[in-house]
Amino acid sequence: MSIYQVNEKGYYGPFGGAYIPEMLYPNVKELREEYLKIIEEKSFQEEFNQLLRDYVGRPSPLYHAKRLSEKYGTTIYLKREDLNHTGAHKINNTIGQILLAERLGKKRIIAETGAGQHGVATATVCALKGIQCAVYMGEIDIQRQAPNVARMKMMGAEVIAATSGSKTLKDATNEALRDWINNPVDTHYIIGSVVGPHPYPDMVARFQSIISEETKKQLLTKTGKENPDIVLACVGGGSNAAGMFYHFLDDESVQLYAVEAAGHGVDSGESAATTALGKEGVLHGSRSILMQTEDGQVIEPYSISAGLDYPGIGPQHAWLFKSGRGKYVSITDDEAMRAGLELTRLEGIIPAIESSHALAYLAKIPFKGDETVVVCLSGRGDKDLDNYMKYFDF
Amino acid sequence: MNTIEKKEGNPLLSIYFTAGYPALDSTIQIAKKLEEAGADFLEIGFPYSDPVADGPVIQHSSEVALANGMTVKKLFEQLRELRQHVHIPVFLMGYVNPVIQFGVEKFCEECKNVGVDGVIIPDLPMYEYEDLYKETFEKNGIANIFIVTPQTSTERIRKIDSLSNSFIYLLSSNATTGKTLDVGEDTNAYFKRIHDLQLKNPLIVGFGISNKETFQKASQYTAGAIIGSAFVKRLGGKDYMDQIPDFIQSIKG
Ligand SMILES: Cc1ncc(COP(=O)(O)O)c(C=O)c1O
Repeated sequence: MSIYQVNEKGYYGPFGGAYIPEMLYPNVKELREEYLKIIEEKSFQEEFNQLLRDYVGRPSPLYHAKRLSEKYGTTIYLKREDLNHTGAHKINNTIGQILLAERLGKKRIIAETGAGQHGVATATVCALKGIQCAVYMGEIDIQRQAPNVARMKMMGAEVIAATSGSKTLKDATNEALRDWINNPVDTHYIIGSVVGPHPYPDMVARFQSIISEETKKQLLTKTGKENPDIVLACVGGGSNAAGMFYHFLDDESVQLYAVEAAGHGVDSGESAATTALGKEGVLHGSRSILMQTEDGQVIEPYSISAGLDYPGIGPQHAWLFKSGRGKYVSITDDEAMRAGLELTRLEGIIPAIESSHALAYLAKIPFKGDETVVVCLSGRGDKDLDNYMKYFDF
Repeated sequence: MNTIEKKEGNPLLSIYFTAGYPALDSTIQIAKKLEEAGADFLEIGFPYSDPVADGPVIQHSSEVALANGMTVKKLFEQLRELRQHVHIPVFLMGYVNPVIQFGVEKFCEECKNVGVDGVIIPDLPMYEYEDLYKETFEKNGIANIFIVTPQTSTERIRKIDSLSNSFIYLLSSNATTGKTLDVGEDTNAYFKRIHDLQLKNPLIVGFGISNKETFQKASQYTAGAIIGSAFVKRLGGKDYMDQIPDFIQSIKG
């Protein structure tokens, strides 16, 4: 057993667990007892792999970005999760969870969403399976992300405004949890990242682990070696990073960079750099690191990228950070936006602003020249065009 | 220690309210008034920014209390004079993160110092309590109150009973706070089923109790019930202190 994976009690080192009210205990217990059995079933694996191949379009390419490599003086590959159906890595998880929900006999799906990417990915798999779907989204995010709201509605999902608290992702998550408390029997909650009570962080990481599984094979074919020297991924809750790191965790020679959003700067008071600003505590069902006041009240984070605008990180990331296995760093709005434009101009790929954070960190690593680097391009920038246009005054 | 006992066969009425709501300094005043009006014990909520088990009324009172400047530290300062004014049992109710930040050990010691009888922390699960905190709670004589729902298995209820030494918080239905109790047959059958388990701890029903009818219904097979949202909703108007006796009368009278 890897010391970086969840133990039988649901913990990663001191982080994780299931800090949930008794009202959610039966749901979470059912998941905990069933998820591995179901995922390992042959029929599940067959359907999962077939959908990832024919519906999502996997394997996603590992692209050698030559002009970007030239610019940074080393060899850089992009793992193209942006080419997945619906435009991000989020669909890997929702495909897995909808198959699980189906096998658990659930009749209704709920989800939370910030930027709307996870909401769209959830609405998509619900349309695919003909299952009823309700997505909670902060009232403010609904206004900011109109195209994704429209996509969800077109798929037949009900989009419910979270009007409590700060009316953004954290509150949408609270509302989804409240919905689950009130509908305990036939509803499954598809959480969108490696957060929440055990077994969610492990389950979501397993569904996203396809990212590093493919990367290993693709690197072997292209370079003759399975392992890169350096891997980078952005971290909101941490699901694309968890998937990108998964099969490299025990190879300590692979350096793992997790890039958080610094917003206007780590010390600006408007930031989402959780490991830099957070303390240990409990949020949304697990013990992890979160941004909070001295009194333990959760602080509303800020980032230009709605997908990184979350006050916590998954418990596995808290553990990788604390144990020193991963390097947790941050990138400001400005650095990310410039890196997004740079990739567009060098490679003809418009990245999601989330992914631009990972790209921006390339400029901060002193490369020697002989490294193999993989950046997880977690999503495409279509959803962010408005933001890019405004920022660069196009 | 068991402070929660039925007197002369009458069901016990407990009232929940949020510390620091409607005003930062209203905590002790409201507690005192509730005791005078005939409440049998109290639950004082310490507010949290993300109260997932609560409906809109208690979410709102928590938000206002936080905006008023209520913190765990502030609450304990206010409670220093609790036992000069209030003699009925008092429990604190809130979420685990503020307790962790305050320090679990220090939290229990403060509870003991100010005369709080126990705590209700819905998102502190049984496993984590036993593994990490039980010793600290017991050392300070602070009761940890567990919640039982219609979905909780008998085996788990028995375990909860063995870990409890004050009362068991029986949820009227699987729901967040502030919904209305379904007074139908199913609810009755559920209360009776738990009653018939003959647990060592008294059962107190919470969530969805709002008036005399639901209070009596809930007390038929249990030691009493807790009113939260329906009471909190009445706070905040101009004469809210004067209305407290009428409210208690309307339930118990
Ligand atoms: C493209 C993209 N990347 C990254 C994220 C951040 O999520 P996570 O950290 O779970 O990968 C999001 C979230 O919406 C996203 O849409």
